[in-house]
Amino acid sequence: MNTTLVKQNWYKRNEIAITPWLFLVPGLIMFAIYVVFPIFQSFRISLFKWDGLGSLATHGEYIGMANYEKLLTRDRSFNISLWNNLKWLVFYLASIPAGLFIALFLNQTVRGIRLYKSLFFFPFVISQIVVGLVFTWFYDPQYGLFNGIIGFVGFKPLNVLGDPTLSTYGVIAAGLWPQTAYCMILYLTGLNSVDPEQTEAARLDGAKGIKMLWHVILPQLRPATFIAFVVTVIGSLRSFDLISIMTNGGPFGSSRVLSFYMFEKSLSEYGFKMGYGAAIAVILFLIMMVFIGYFLWRMYQDEKATNG
Amino acid sequence: MRSVLKATAVSLATIVALAAPASAELTGNLKINLDTSNPAPRATMEALIAKFQAANPALNITTNVIDREAYKTQIRNFLSADAPDVLTWYAANRMKPYVEAGLLEDVSDMWADGTDIAKELASTKGALTVDGKQWGVPYTYYQWGIYYRKDIYQELGLSEPSNFDDMLSNCEAMIASGRKCYTIGNKWLWTGAGWFDYLNLRTNGFNFHMQMAAGEIEWTDPRVRETFANWGKLIRMGAFIDDNQNKDWQQSLPFMIDGSAGAILMGNFAVSPLREGGLTDDQLDFHQFPAITAGIAMAEDAPTDTFHIAANAKNKDNARAFLAYIVSADAQTEMNNGANLGQLPVNSKASVDDDKFLNKGFEMLSSNSPGGVAQFFDRDFPAEMAQAAMEGFQEFMIYPDNLDDILDRIEGVRKEVY
Repeated sequence: MNTTLVKQNWYKRNEIAITPWLFLVPGLIMFAIYVVFPIFQSFRISLFKWDGLGSLATHGEYIGMANYEKLLTRDRSFNISLWNNLKWLVFYLASIPAGLFIALFLNQTVRGIRLYKSLFFFPFVISQIVVGLVFTWFYDPQYGLFNGIIGFVGFKPLNVLGDPTLSTYGVIAAGLWPQTAYCMILYLTGLNSVDPEQTEAARLDGAKGIKMLWHVILPQLRPATFIAFVVTVIGSLRSFDLISIMTNGGPFGSSRVLSFYMFEKSLSEYGFKMGYGAAIAVILFLIMMVFIGYFLWRMYQDEKATNG
Repeated sequence: MRSVLKATAVSLATIVALAAPASAELTGNLKINLDTSNPAPRATMEALIAKFQAANPALNITTNVIDREAYKTQIRNFLSADAPDVLTWYAANRMKPYVEAGLLEDVSDMWADGTDIAKELASTKGALTVDGKQWGVPYTYYQWGIYYRKDIYQELGLSEPSNFDDMLSNCEAMIASGRKCYTIGNKWLWTGAGWFDYLNLRTNGFNFHMQMAAGEIEWTDPRVRETFANWGKLIRMGAFIDDNQNKDWQQSLPFMIDGSAGAILMGNFAVSPLREGGLTDDQLDFHQFPAITAGIAMAEDAPTDTFHIAANAKNKDNARAFLAYIVSADAQTEMNNGANLGQLPVNSKASVDDDKFLNKGFEMLSSNSPGGVAQFFDRDFPAEMAQAAMEGFQEFMIYPDNLDDILDRIEGVRKEVY
């Protein structure tokens, strides 16, 4: 009787501190099992030569940093993939201004604007696989709409996905379609919270057009821009489905990115190098960590500023 | 030989009873994973399984048909995590990683001397053998070769080439008439590997090819370069359709059908879609890949598709009975006939369907392939080697001038793989 009383008191005394943790526990356990643990597992596997079949303990051979050494010094495919990741990172960001532009354009009250908004949002709703297929047909060298269009303007036909110098850009362009829609939605919700009084005041002071956008609207859209930036950067690093469906990494491996190369080496039809794939995954993880670390730091700073 | 086959009529029930002597009728479960997702093979397999079911009404059979391309990556998961009893796969090096990882059941007992399987399937035993043991049974194989538009050849006054010079001069005539000589869709890489197989088998011979597969020959070797030089002749004269690097093989067939390309190097499975595309047997014909280096024995590619038992299977007795049923002469005859798979039966007592292309293929493989029979590039060469080399082939077919760089790269992989 006495002890329960003490216990109750102890919990009562610490209720405020403990309760949040109790709520967090299920999530933390899941996070540990499905995210944190596999990260360390990948690190471990990357030190082995292992075909991914049979257990690591009996079939794996410990080779230290040899996988990394090969990746960073002698693997041309890895360099190509890394460069392509960089291209994705840079060009994918174009979806942010594009999304902003469409959002500004759609942010008006006319008849049926909801329909237009949903039509513009449509590419984000359909599966990436479908987007990939649509663009594959679009680029088709014989029958595709793309060559029809550039032929109309007087250019020679191009085989975008079959040309090793163009294929990555072709896939990125396909990726921009849904990503622009995503950024647009983020900005549309952001525009809802733009303070009309500030806009009114700015207008009285004579601000118009670009100036109004740059000095009055955009600063208020900063949270939306930040989120759009985060999802676009992460999205570009995880690009996989489009590449897989549109080019299968080809022609001759010229449109691979790290995530696709990792899959190819460790899990694909001819891929039996689990250790090597894990090493690629670790490097991709480290690259992502740079961005994720930056985002977390930014959010932390913002939180500190607002709280006090 | 075929008359003997027809005389051997063994009823289904007897075969099954023979295969599982312990119990005349099977009970329990049998889980089958199939990669035969194309319409005709799928219907064939389902019909055969239905017959097996009818012979064993007490048996509870579950069949999963998985998309053929997806199957190739899923197999490693289901073999270890959710093992079926019976599964389809491919012979030779393609099954080796799974054998070495202990994921496939050793079925040497079914192949033991004196058994029907040992007698009737002797020719494919080697392709199913790793470390002196057998790891599955074959269920079909098919010839590779050149399928061509006979009507176009006749129109241009061309005949089937018997050597490489004929092949080149035919091709020149074809190009002069505004057509391409060969259609190919090389997005998934293996179609180009077919060309390499044949050019190398004809330029350097079967033994050399197999030494390459075993990693004993450098890819920068002058003999290998000769194979590529022959290939380069065809590429540089514009023999192949444009933009072949981003078409799959199905997308390459319309060029044959509308007559803008005269021929295709492909396995016999291309016949059915070509017929469906509207080509009659008068228009479509088959010839063996012509000789290149005089005096080298002809050798062919004839890939074998296989059934295996998973090492983690729960109903291995039922699975063995099913395998015995699949390779039986009757099941083989029916499965491979023109209305079904349209391929060659593995059982020497089964009869080859009376189909123009099957007859030609069977004759070619049994009497005109003295050099040997290869499986196929990606089944003879180890996986990593095959991947790297096929990527090189794809590049070579578009940029033949990159050859040195391509060979250096492939050679680099060879040094690491073996």
